[in-house]
Amino acid sequence: MKMDGGQALIRALELEGVDVLFGLPGGAILPVYDPIIDSSIRHILVRHEQGAGHMAEGYAHATGRPGVAMVTSGPGATNIVTPLCDAHLDSVPMVVITGQVPYAAIGTDAFQECDTTGITQSVTKHNFLVSDAQDIPRTIKEAFHIATTGRPGPVLVDIPKDIVDPDNPRSAMEWTDDVEMDLPGYTPRTDVDPVAIAAAADLIRAAERPVLYVGGGILKARAAEVLRQLAELTGIHVVTTLMARGAFPDSHDLCLGMPGMHGNFTAVTAMQESDLLIALGARFDDRVTGRLDGFAQGAKIIHVDIDAAELGKVRRPDVAILGDCRVAIEALVADLASNGTGGADRDAWRSRVSGWQERFPLSYEQAQAGDELKPQMVIERLRDATPDDTIVASGVGQHQMWASQYWSFDHPYTWINSGGLGTMGFSIPAAIGAKAGCPDKMVWAIDGDGCFQMTAQELVTATVEKIPIKVALLNNSYLGMVRQWQEMFYDERYSEVFLSKDVPDYKAWAESMGCVAMRVDSPEEVDVAIAKANEVDDRPVVIDFRVAAAEKVYPMVPSGASNSELVVPPSQQDQPR
Amino acid sequence: MSGPGDASAAAQHHVPDYRYHTLVVTVENKSGVLARLAALFSRRGFNIESLAVAPTDDDRFSRVTVVVDLESAPLEQIIKQLDKLVNVVNIRELHPGHAVERELMIVTVAAGPDRRDELVEQLDRAGGKVLSVGADAMMLSLVGPPSRVDEFEELLGQYGIIELQRTGRVALANLDEAD
Ligand SMILES: Cc1ncc(C[n+]2csc(CCOP(=O)(O)OP(=O)(O)O)c2C)c(N)n1
Ligand SMILES: [Mg+2]
Repeated sequence: MKMDGGQALIRALELEGVDVLFGLPGGAILPVYDPIIDSSIRHILVRHEQGAGHMAEGYAHATGRPGVAMVTSGPGATNIVTPLCDAHLDSVPMVVITGQVPYAAIGTDAFQECDTTGITQSVTKHNFLVSDAQDIPRTIKEAFHIATTGRPGPVLVDIPKDIVDPDNPRSAMEWTDDVEMDLPGYTPRTDVDPVAIAAAADLIRAAERPVLYVGGGILKARAAEVLRQLAELTGIHVVTTLMARGAFPDSHDLCLGMPGMHGNFTAVTAMQESDLLIALGARFDDRVTGRLDGFAQGAKIIHVDIDAAELGKVRRPDVAILGDCRVAIEALVADLASNGTGGADRDAWRSRVSGWQERFPLSYEQAQAGDELKPQMVIERLRDATPDDTIVASGVGQHQMWASQYWSFDHPYTWINSGGLGTMGFSIPAAIGAKAGCPDKMVWAIDGDGCFQMTAQELVTATVEKIPIKVALLNNSYLGMVRQWQEMFYDERYSEVFLSKDVPDYKAWAESMGCVAMRVDSPEEVDVAIAKANEVDDRPVVIDFRVAAAEKVYPMVPSGASNSELVVPPSQQDQPR
Repeated sequence: MSGPGDASAAAQHHVPDYRYHTLVVTVENKSGVLARLAALFSRRGFNIESLAVAPTDDDRFSRVTVVVDLESAPLEQIIKQLDKLVNVVNIRELHPGHAVERELMIVTVAAGPDRRDELVEQLDRAGGKVLSVGADAMMLSLVGPPSRVDEFEELLGQYGIIELQRTGRVALANLDEAD
């Protein structure tokens, strides 16, 4: 069938099952925006291309399907570099289509030309510059295949204008339904080596202080179910990293919660003291390990990852298992079920763990009458007043850590955040993307005032496109996380961290963007405001919670320190460790 | 070293006793592939000693011979990261001492008539060739193992090197060691 490249592009996206496309048009991508009018794909017009990228990420996190964004050349492309890098570090499947100047004009510094594939090379899993209209369907197929298989990640496809412009003869192409991919260098491996599985099972049977160290890869592998089987079969405790919150229920007896720089004492210390860490889809990130030479020194390591380059990159494993986490865990469960879980005596270990849990629960100082609102308390109230499977998308900063700590995640794919890149401004667009993908779920963004000011304009998108997300703005008037570091490590010398108590007027701003908006100053107003927000279902809601600025995130491993030097809140500092 | 699959093999990777190691990387012959390799090396902090690129007998692929400096990163990490590039089809590790390595040098040396005989004698001994002769200079070429090319280059210092080009090494496994 004869077609032009623009029609072929949209057709190829439809064939990949794309139902939502986040984007913003411009000169170079214009011809592709025409066939969108006739397509079944829903296009969501963003207000800034960074928003399109984070929406695609939020969509992917929540649904497991690749998020797709489309933007124009030059500034459109550079505006989406941050989301690409974000998706790259957090292994989020995403396909970004960028317009490009006509093929013959590439290299001439044409209007709105930039070297998009060059700029994005190191922040994508792969990228393509398509030179012929005929190659469009194959390239799109390859892009989705690469984005969603192996270790997922972002793939960018750069499309010169002439090959999609029906007025240009270079756009003519012949559509055929089955194009073959041509990727001789891409062969991700998912099956696992049975010898390594047997060796891992032996280590597990023998371990007296084992810990399951679970990372975001578990969610990417859709392995939460089998993880639970493994934990329950063996009785081994589980820590879920910032990227894996929800992969194992917080309410489960074996769940120790989040490890790392702001992890809870038990999760951090159990890893430190363990004799076997079973790392599943986790990458020994510096925010988890603290100072590397002081990390879990007595532990043997089983490391399961689909990316060979992660095995041994940071910490040399005793048993390396390359492959899909779900396949690996299923094989481990089978081995342990048939050959037994071993007779290691773990009673002493269990009582140490429960002792830590009793002495060092997550805690903050409760507000006294007349005190300012506590941000942690707002999160607890929100948690208790929303459905169990509410999706929470957070920004980056103190509010992110409190959300991860004080929310109770009992379902996979309900926690969406920017872990690897730590991108301020992530939450609002990510929440919009999640809600676009899961319209029947309640979606709350937990945001900071600094973050809010980076991407709030996407609330206009949410209003216009009728995507009713809710935003809990934990407004402390500060770049709070940076303030905390200055307080603790720079002798309380506060440099450029105070935002403002007066401007912007968040309520008025949110209302001007079409949201229902409230401002909450005192503890008594919290529940009422949340209840009111939960009732709104036809437009976005923003609650400006004015919270105490002096509050700090505890526990904390100071940067560069070993995890054994975890700083606990003042109320716990006299407890025996 | 074959496809991306070999984690267990890679984990037992021998610790090389040579600082420089040669990798023969087969890549898809597509535009921008060399930039991807170069960007990977610089971004991950892998130092390279030399790099040579040439087409293969199959025009879909090119072959890159790259000498990596193992003081900058472990070989295993370099190989695994290279393998993640979608356009990298195959990586072959050539153990030093088990491969035939060659490099070409062409050089213009200051040598008037009075020193020519001496220079040509040394050149013959090294197995090189005279490419052209000028009034006060000679242009020479030498193909050989990189260490021999190094030695000869040093020897030429006494005459005065006017201009010099080396290709970087190319290599193949010894016949009996091909896997
Ligand atoms: C784009 C970007 N710029 C700078 C930073 C560094 N940074 C990390 S947290 C933070 C403060 C965030 O402030 P806010 O959104 O108000 O959250 P809070 O910590 O106060 O809860 C900053 C500036 C970042 N992570 N991302
Ligand atoms: Mg703040």
